Amino acid sequence: MDLFEYQGKQYFARFGIPVSAGGVATTVDEAVARAEKAGYPVVVKAQVQVGGRGKAGGIKLAADGDEVRTHAGNILGMDIKGHVVRRVWVEHASDITREFYASFTLDRGAKLHLGMLSAQGGVEIEQVAAESPDAIARIHVDPVDGLTEDACREWVDAANLDPAARVGTVDILLKLWRCYVEGDADLVEINPLILTPEGRVHALDAKVTLDDNAAFRHPEWDEFRGLEELDDRERLAKEKHLQYIGLDGTVGIIANGAGLAMSTCDVVNQVGGAPANFLDIGGGASAEVMANALEVINTDPKVKSIFINIFGGITRGEEVANGIVQALGRVAIDAPIVIRLDGTNADEGRRILKAHESDSLISLPTMLDAARRAVALAGGAG
Amino acid sequence: MSIFVNNETKVVYQGLTGSQGRFYGLRNRAYGTGVVAGTHPKKAGTDVDGIPIFATVAEAVQATGATVSCVFIPAAGVERAVVEAAEGGVELVVVITEGVPAHDEARFYNRLRRDFPATRLLGPNCPGIITPGECNIGITAGEIAKGGGPVGIVSRSGTLTYQALYELKQQDIGVTTCVGIGGDPVPGTTFIDCLAAFEADPATRAVIMIGEIGGAEEEKAADFIAKEMSKPVVAYVAGVTAPPGKKMGHAGAIISGSKATAKAKMEALEAAGVRVGLNPTEAGALMAEVVAGL
Repeated sequence: MDLFEYQGKQYFARFGIPVSAGGVATTVDEAVARAEKAGYPVVVKAQVQVGGRGKAGGIKLAADGDEVRTHAGNILGMDIKGHVVRRVWVEHASDITREFYASFTLDRGAKLHLGMLSAQGGVEIEQVAAESPDAIARIHVDPVDGLTEDACREWVDAANLDPAARVGTVDILLKLWRCYVEGDADLVEINPLILTPEGRVHALDAKVTLDDNAAFRHPEWDEFRGLEELDDRERLAKEKHLQYIGLDGTVGIIANGAGLAMSTCDVVNQVGGAPANFLDIGGGASAEVMANALEVINTDPKVKSIFINIFGGITRGEEVANGIVQALGRVAIDAPIVIRLDGTNADEGRRILKAHESDSLISLPTMLDAARRAVALAGGAG
Repeated sequence: MSIFVNNETKVVYQGLTGSQGRFYGLRNRAYGTGVVAGTHPKKAGTDVDGIPIFATVAEAVQATGATVSCVFIPAAGVERAVVEAAEGGVELVVVITEGVPAHDEARFYNRLRRDFPATRLLGPNCPGIITPGECNIGITAGEIAKGGGPVGIVSRSGTLTYQALYELKQQDIGVTTCVGIGGDPVPGTTFIDCLAAFEADPATRAVIMIGEIGGAEEEKAADFIAKEMSKPVVAYVAGVTAPPGKKMGHAGAIISGSKATAKAKMEALEAAGVRVGLNPTEAGALMAEVVAGL
């Protein structure tokens, strides 16, 4: 789960990481109230999970209440690269002497955690990495030992930050490490981490991705939910515990297993069509799960045909086929359906499907043939 | 011949008394797997359909000579279960459980790497390992696999593993061992581990490798194949149409940055002399050609 900046800052604050005084607002009046409390001048920042907010006019400095009113009014409702701004974060504006970059994430290649620290903050770290890789001080941290204070100090020394920033940075990085591990984050990133003229170091931005697999031990994450940037269909799928990702094409996809679902999208693409979604219904294929999946796809007006691709393993072909038939009885489907059923007892499953076959329910034995038919029914490419 | 497991392998199931553990443990036994024990801290002395339950893996190993553990413990308890298995002295720990927190995974992987270098970890979030006709540990439906070789399979995806087994069976091609390494960010066993084992296994004469988007393991495997492998490899990589930044079901299946795409992986594999199919069926057909020429 990706957090918004303001949620990330709230999360940081739990671990004692200094952030600017501020508050979140959904209306202009609320924004002014937050600004009064934070103290002028303030920065009004659009809360969207997409880069380039500043360039799009989503981050503005305001010297007084009138300016907050103007900027918050402009930013709320603004569309930034397809993301509509529903909230702004209003915080006391900081004087900045220097901008740094700091983050922790998993280095999957090394199978160790990776900390990155750079004196060149405020820009995309990928850009720094590409243009001047030596400007990033990296540290690999063994998950068993964790980040020790000594190792952290050496790491900060290696980054060549301003001497005035070093002590404060060590302190913040140790807290950021705790936030990363105890907070079960996949990524914690501060960009920029700033040094103020008074010599204080603090987080001016917050990017946090939480590990959904660890949600069972974080009841406090509930407050972050419901605010995620999901469209209605993604929300419906999530409620039904289906792995759904919307795409731009016209062929609706239902498959069992993430790999097979990905592969199904690929095959549709390969025969000249375009998948409308990725949808993994998981290992089995019961009538209920299938009905839920069809319901989700049915709400997508782009879908012109549906390709159900099921490989029966432990779940036998006849059970899968009966599940599909029952599901079709429960949900009225608009688009024609092509089914490819394979695996254990596939023949028996196909026989059951054959008995229900029509112009809008077609069973084909191979993935490629089924993909071709589904794409043809969707009107070909596009 | 086979890799990692065979008809002499004895397995202890952690979580055998739970519903999933019982279902698959008994299925695996019915297949012919040497399911010799289960564990539960409070149910020692009882049994599951005749399979004795011990309090710990160490006790099960001592009493039965089990060398492999299969973990069907809920995600929250997997870290403890894996360390317990390693402490108990098994050679291989197969973790079927999905949804294990990434920090736990990183911790127990490194704990084993450092303190129990002789213990191999497979998974988490994997379908398991099957040497058809001899030993099936995990959730693969054994009947879709034909045994005897000459092909070894290694895959990051569960359903595509089954698909690969099935495609080969349709072509009447046998499999030595099929290893599902799982789609998580810190897999205990990698493509390279399996490729090296297949290279060393005389019964395996060709290998199918099924990758997917995310990470750089396929690229590393390509490098290994180019430098170290004499046996032919056929590959398929899922996720050509996957959009960047979205998790495609598996925690590991996510495109971040310009690398990690299916296209980049396929190109790396082709450059290493691997024949790459554009879909699982094509990969199966390519393998049929390879086997015919052996």
